[in-house]
Parts: sequence; C-alpha cells; structure tokens
Amino acid sequence: MVAIECQGLTKDFHVGFWRKRPVRALDALELEVAEGEIFGLLGHNGAGKTTTIKLLLRLIFPTSGTARILGRPLGAPDLAARIGYLPENPYFYDYLKCRELVEYYAELAGVPAGERRARAQEALARVGMAEAMEQPLRKCSKGMVQRVGLAQAIVHRPQLAILDEPMSGLDPAGRAEVRDLILELRQQGATVLFSTHILSDAEQICDRVAILKRGRLAFAGPLDAVAGREESEIEIVFRERAGGGLGLVRRETIAAAELWSRLEALRAKQAQIVSVNPARRRLEDLFRAEPAERAAGRGAGQGN
Amino acid sequence: MPAAGAILSVSRNAYREAIRDRILFSLLFFAVLMVGAAVLFSQMSFGISADSLINFSLAAITLLGVIIAVFLGNQLVSKEIERRTLYTLLAHPVRRTHFLLGKFAGLVWTLVVNCGLMGVALFLALLYVLPAHVAAGEWSLLAALYFILLALAVLTAIALLFSCFASPVLAAVFTLALFVIGNFDDNLRALGESSRQWLGGHLAIWISYVLPNFGDFNVATAASHFMPIGWRLIGLNTLYALVYCGVALAIAGAIFENKDLK
Ligand SMILES: Nc1ncnc2c1ncn2[C@@H]1O[C@H](COP(=O)(O)OP(=O)(O)OP(=O)(O)O)[C@@H](O)[C@H]1O
Ligand SMILES: [Mg+2]
Repeated sequence: MVAIECQGLTKDFHVGFWRKRPVRALDALELEVAEGEIFGLLGHNGAGKTTTIKLLLRLIFPTSGTARILGRPLGAPDLAARIGYLPENPYFYDYLKCRELVEYYAELAGVPAGERRARAQEALARVGMAEAMEQPLRKCSKGMVQRVGLAQAIVHRPQLAILDEPMSGLDPAGRAEVRDLILELRQQGATVLFSTHILSDAEQICDRVAILKRGRLAFAGPLDAVAGREESEIEIVFRERAGGGLGLVRRETIAAAELWSRLEALRAKQAQIVSVNPARRRLEDLFRAEPAERAAGRGAGQGN
Repeated sequence: MPAAGAILSVSRNAYREAIRDRILFSLLFFAVLMVGAAVLFSQMSFGISADSLINFSLAAITLLGVIIAVFLGNQLVSKEIERRTLYTLLAHPVRRTHFLLGKFAGLVWTLVVNCGLMGVALFLALLYVLPAHVAAGEWSLLAALYFILLALAVLTAIALLFSCFASPVLAAVFTLALFVIGNFDDNLRALGESSRQWLGGHLAIWISYVLPNFGDFNVATAASHFMPIGWRLIGLNTLYALVYCGVALAIAGAIFENKDLK
C-alpha cells in the first residue's frame, strides 16, 4: 500500500502588507511514499520541505492539489493517531517536565491512562533521555529538546513518522542514534518520511529520496539511481609529506577506475590518507543551487 | 480521540499551565492581602460596615479575575501559535475547535478556583467582622460571586476570540475596551432609545445588543445590602452568558479551523 501520495500539491503564501502578492512555496508536487520505507525529503534551505510536511499535517492548507495518507484523505478522523510528527526546531511547554510532556502527548494520541507513564519513559529512554526525564523543559539544551521531540513523535507507536530535520541540533553521536532509531522504526513496520539538507544523513538510511528545488520536484527515486554510483567519481582527501612534517590537506576528485593507481602513488609518497568517498557528482549537481541562490543555500551538501 | 476526552485533556493542561505560572499565586496573595486590609479597616473605623467590606471585596475579586481573563486569555491561542507548541498538538487527534474549547474550559476552571478561594476569604472576613449578618446575606453574596464568574467567562470567550487573529497586546486592548464599554451597555441602549435620530438611535441599540452587557452581572449593591437576588435574574444571566460564550467560541472556531499556522 501507499503510505503517502501527493497529487499536484501546491502552496502559495501571500506576502506584503498592503498589496499581497503570492509566493509559490510548493509547485504541483507529485509524490508517492510506499509503506514500510524510509523516505528522505531533500533540498536546500527554502526548497519547500517544511511546507510539504506542514501541508501533510494540515497545519497549513494547500492552494490546490490533494494528498492522501495511509489510503485516507488528509484530516480523516482516525488518521492523526497513526502519525507521529516532529516539527522543525521544536519548542514545547516549558513549564512541564520532559516526562510530563511526553505523557501529555501520549494522552492526546489515545494511549490508555494506565500505560502512559511506562510508554513515556520507554520513549524517552529510547532517545537517550533516561537520565533527564524529570528535568523541566525550561532547563533543557537544544539537543535535549530535539530528543524530547523525537520521543513524543514515537510514544504512541505510529504507523507513519514524519520528522522535519530530525538530526538538527544533535551532536555526531546523537545523529547516529537518530539514524538507528529510524532504521528501528522501519524494522517495526513503520514508514518514515524525514527531511534534511545533509546528504550523508539521507544516504546512509534512505530507501528512496525526493529532491525539492525551489518548490519543484527535481528528482524522486532511489539514491543509487541519481548518484550513479557505478560510474561515479571518487573524492580523496590526503596530506602529503613536506619537509619532514605533514603538508596541507588536499582534496582530489578522480574517476573511480583510477582509484587504486592513485592510492598506490600516494603511498609511495608516504602521504596520509584522510578520507576516500564516492563523489556523488550528479546528486550534488541536482542539489546545488544556482549561483544567485547559493548564498541562501550555503551549507547544503556539506557537513557531516 | 473522542471530543470530550480531547477537550478535557487540553483543559487540564491549560489549568496546569496557569497553576505553574507564578503570576496566579501572586494575584491570589494580593487578593488575600486586600481582604485582610478590608477587615483591618472595618475594625479601625466605626463607620465602616459589612456593605463597604463586601463592595470592596467584590470589586477586588472582579478586578483580579479580569486581569487573569484578559492577560492569560489573550495569549491562549496566539502564544501557542507564536511558540509553535500548537504544531505537535494539532498533529494529534485533536480538532482545532476542541483545542479552543479545551483552552477556554481550562481558563474558566482557573477562574472558578481563583474566585472560589477569594470568595472563601471574603466569607471568613465577614464572619470575623459581622457574624450576625452572614446568615442573612450569604445567598445573595453567593449569587454575586456566581455572576462575577459568568461575566469573567464571557470575557474569557471574547479574549480567546481576539487571540485567534490579533497579537496578544492588541487582543488585551480590545478585550479590556469591551469590558469597559460593556459595563455601560445599558446606558448605550437607553441613549439609542431616547435618540431622535432614527439611524443613530437604531445603530446604538443594535450595537448595545452585540456588545456584551456586563452591567447586568453586577449586583454588588444588592449583595452588600443583603437583598435577595431573584431566580429570574440568575436564570437570565446564566442563559445570556451561555449564549454569548457559545457565539464567541463558534466564531473563534470558524476563524481558527482553516487558518494557516505560520
Ligand atoms: N509563512 C510563510 N509566509 C511566507 N512565505 C513562507 C512561509 N513559510 C514558508 N515560506 C516560503 O516558502 C518557501 C519554502 O519554505 P520551507 O520552510 O518549506 O523551506 P525548507 O525546505 O523547509 O527550508 P529549510 O531547510 O530552511 O528548513 C521559502 O521560500 C519560504 O520563504
Ligand atoms: Mg524546513
């Protein structure tokens, strides 16, 4: 079955005070997410990822187009209890303790009263907040709030998890934990849709991705297809020996076929290899903004 | 989640928020202090009697209730939109209208608890100052407190309605303005009825019907003289408050149901 399908989903925002003019944030999006897959929504800043997610959750309403989730039209009464949602940069009632907050959301999601506390504790422990359960949210760090947000998204064991930048604000260990969590959710039979502008996060766990570019769908399918791994290029980062010590860090992109000969040559020079990675040329190209947009989209495709 | 369950959950959380807001406690402390002061004053001067104590205390209870209704009510919705706490909440099986009703119920319950505690303080003060009078006047005093609560519920519904589309500051200004004008609603109607200008007169009358009539809820004069308050007035005021809250909340719901959350 299809977990999410969007048909011609379009959203115009009206900006300006006196003479409102429409700005198209999302343009006729056609998207299908199969049940049980991990689906990545990629795109640079302002591409329309959050807009898509908010439309799916009916926090905003489409200018035109429709969408269905788990075979039901958006807003169907029994749908919300089957979805878990983590908003971008979440913020929660800061007068509550972490456990109280997750319990409250479990209550709203219809978890029976007797199970709420145990389920909240389990979810918080799952996101690495076992020690800080009784801490008020007012005193939580950004990464801790993000973890609490993940806990409330999974506490009612949703069939579909929609996570808007689930790794943002987390340290490297935290990012890895979130990747594990997403993989685990899939293993338990859930579908996961998450957005990110960091390629490697998507690459490591996504079955399929969609790439948005200025509100338009630029690509949808398995990452391998777009990355063209077979004939792709490889990026080597290394430091050569120079005058007794190590020289500057250097970066080279070479054809995959040349990899071994190049590595041999570097070994002969006693260079230190820092990293060897597939270059993902075409994906980067799709991802990369036009020069005029580049300032706004800086950082896309980089990072860890 | 069934409607009643969702509304109850949201209202419980709204009450919890109000309780954990230290503002509420300081208001309560302030109220007890005022009643205490009233007792002291009535002890010191021979002229002051039960009626001034009651008048003064009822005014204090109303004032504090208005402050709570306006300044908590005006941010009930806008704060949740601004801080985006509403995103996760509305992604749950909670309809937007039910969210509004839950918030309303939570704040009204806060007001009930608050006014109840202040009312108890007033009764204790009266018992201390003039024990003989309490037996005679307790029912009219209770009715006066009940009317204050009804008026505060109406005010909360109005604050919530404004909160759906105006910023907290604007919503507070609007709500306070309506409270002040609403206390002179009868005067406006009388003005309209006696006006010789057909258009102006009718306009004044219509406006007086749309505006909340807070004057009818004020029975402090009767209560302070221990005059009985009739069942008819109690019934009418209850009905009026119910209808006014219902209409205000229905409009708020209609606005909010299809609003884009930025
Ligand atoms: N409430 C709004 N009013 C006006 N324009 C908006 C609003 N929300 C989003 N937009 C515009 O819609 C476009 C898409 O925004 P969106 O938040 O979906 O981007 P995104 O892909 O989530 O970016 P990011 O990676 O920065 O989170 C942007 O150009 C943005 O300016
Ligand atoms: Mg976003």
